[in-house]
Amino acid sequence: MKILVTAKRVEDPESKIKVKPDGSGIVQEGLKYKINPFDEIGVEEGLRLVAKHQGEVVVVSIGGKEVQEQLRHALAMGAHRAVWVNHTGPLDQLGIAGLLQKVTEKEKPDLVILGKQSIDDDQNQVGQYLAEFLGWGQATFASKVESMESEQEKNKVPALTVTADGKAVRVIREVDNGLATLECQLPAVVTTDLRLNTPRYASLPGIMKAKSKPIEELTPEKLGVDVTPKIQIVKLSSPPARKAGIKVPDVATLVDKLRNEAKVV
Amino acid sequence: MPIVLIVAEQQPDGHLRKASLNAITAGKQLADKAGAELHIALIGKDPAKVADELKGTGAKAVHVGAAPELEHYLAETYAPVLATLATELKADYVGMASTAQGKDLLPRLAARLKAAMATDVTGLNGSGADITFNRPMWAGNVFAEVKLTTPVKVFTVRATEFAAAGTGEGAAEVKAFAPKVEASKTKFVEFKEVKSARPELTEAKVVISGGRGTKGDFKEIEALADELGAAVGASRAVCDAGWVPNDLQVGQTGKVVAPSLYIAAGISGAIQHLAGMKSSKTIVAINKDAEAPIFQVADYGIVADLFKVLPELRSELQKLK
Ligand SMILES: Cc1cc2nc3c(=O)[nH]c(=O)nc-3n(C[C@H](O)[C@H](O)[C@H](O)COP(=O)(O)OP(=O)(O)OC[C@H]3O[C@@H](n4cnc5c(N)ncnc54)[C@H](O)[C@@H]3O)c2cc1C
Ligand SMILES: Nc1ncnc2c1ncn2[C@@H]1O[C@H](COP(=O)(O)O)[C@@H](O)[C@H]1O
Repeated sequence: MKILVTAKRVEDPESKIKVKPDGSGIVQEGLKYKINPFDEIGVEEGLRLVAKHQGEVVVVSIGGKEVQEQLRHALAMGAHRAVWVNHTGPLDQLGIAGLLQKVTEKEKPDLVILGKQSIDDDQNQVGQYLAEFLGWGQATFASKVESMESEQEKNKVPALTVTADGKAVRVIREVDNGLATLECQLPAVVTTDLRLNTPRYASLPGIMKAKSKPIEELTPEKLGVDVTPKIQIVKLSSPPARKAGIKVPDVATLVDKLRNEAKVV
Repeated sequence: MPIVLIVAEQQPDGHLRKASLNAITAGKQLADKAGAELHIALIGKDPAKVADELKGTGAKAVHVGAAPELEHYLAETYAPVLATLATELKADYVGMASTAQGKDLLPRLAARLKAAMATDVTGLNGSGADITFNRPMWAGNVFAEVKLTTPVKVFTVRATEFAAAGTGEGAAEVKAFAPKVEASKTKFVEFKEVKSARPELTEAKVVISGGRGTKGDFKEIEALADELGAAVGASRAVCDAGWVPNDLQVGQTGKVVAPSLYIAAGISGAIQHLAGMKSSKTIVAINKDAEAPIFQVADYGIVADLFKVLPELRSELQKLK
């Protein structure tokens, strides 16, 4: 089984994001960068699937040369090789999905796993665009029923399962009011939700090995994709800050405030 | 005249997904600004009754497509049907509520329409052909004003930022059409509903959420919720541990809620959690740790053990009756 997984470079979710005074972007100084948490879950799921079904995990990232850090991280986790689409400057989801389409057509994987959303753009779009561009089936928000603290999780049983004939994947999805199960004929596109798995740490030997794993360099020109953004960011701003209220000494005061001041009970 | 098309959603139980009404309000605002006409689309196996409910929302027309193959929602079957409708209507804007279905379906529909898309729209600006959308980024730490430059523009709507449209206004024309459903490479297998007698999290006037501080014991949270007719919510930590269904997660990657009263018990207030509840009218925080970041957004904070505060709160509220 050949699996293509994505690894976007994003700000560490713990960092404090501030908008530049002129609204043209965010303040970059002092920020740490990571692989998008959802993508890390995708890498993990890919590794679990090939551990069971043999094959290869290819990781792809689009961005300037700094995204090689995220590719090395995925390689250190165990991905076999990497594709880097070298592009600096603004990109939107249409452009990214267009590039990923070309990479997918070149690599011909059985499955593409992406994160459901990137935690900087929060768009939740690329996987669905890609599936439509390729004419493939899609299963977004892949999750699992068992608790993350369950025996299954400890034993690292994949939650995304290949059917007995090897021709489809069965995916449990997090949707409103419950869980939906779909069966997607391969090749297919899957996007991950938070509870699909807990990603492994990169081991020291893993990190050493990653240094010699190949990273292929491509460009939008080589792939023949026009990435001119169709989403223009006019301006960024900070949300209005909510004023911290007061601390109340006891429940009686709280109830009094809720009743007579906030008038909500 | 430009056309705004809002896709309404039917729940698996056959009812209208209420967030559709909030999306219709966003559609109306957009139509006003763009000098456009508002249309609604609804497709499914048996959408007629729900379509009837939408007649009085102020739209020009409700387009209803029924087909047995549309019984179970699949992006692969729904997107082409809606794309054909949007193209035939020459829709300039296509929108839907940011529900699980909206988030799954609209990007696929946008791809089909070669359209750029804005997710989780919280506001609209401009007029005529010059419309921009506001939307959150970085877990709501940043708001962006964006302009979509493709001929067709697609968006999902953050329901908490727009009031629900009334259903007693005007009488839209209901236009039935016959959807041509394409074969799908994906099969629906099953839907396991998490049933709850409590109000829907995204629709409730009061929400009581529990965090890791509950250690998985939600009895007091549930008892208080029942006292107040409230919905129960949770932090990611609680859903990850499997203590409550995933569907109850509030935050950047869960549900976005904005009730009149939000009570957070044993929740630290990570930015990803705040992203889902910061717009609530009144926020109460119960936490043992006076330094917990949740207090920075709470109107009323109480530094104490939640297992002591919640029962006391419930009995004080009972006394009010
Ligand atoms: C990509 C990404 C997406 C995420 N999305 C979400 C999301 O959508 N929603 C979300 O909630 N989180 C999300 N998170 C996780 C988030 O960062 C926090 O880890 C999470 O919200 C913490 O949950 P918590 O507040 O319940 O737990 P903790 O941070 O562990 O806080 C527990 C709190 O309980 C208090 N406490 C303990 N015992 C008691 C007691 N007896 N009485 C009173 N107080 C007590 C403690 O003082 C502490 O403040 C996301 C994280 C990432 C990386
Ligand atoms: N620059 C990128 N490089 C690689 N993958 C990306 C990139 N941008 C987005 N993606 C993938 O698309 C998913 C959804 O992103 P988005 O639609 O922007 O929220 C992410 O989780 C990634 O897996």
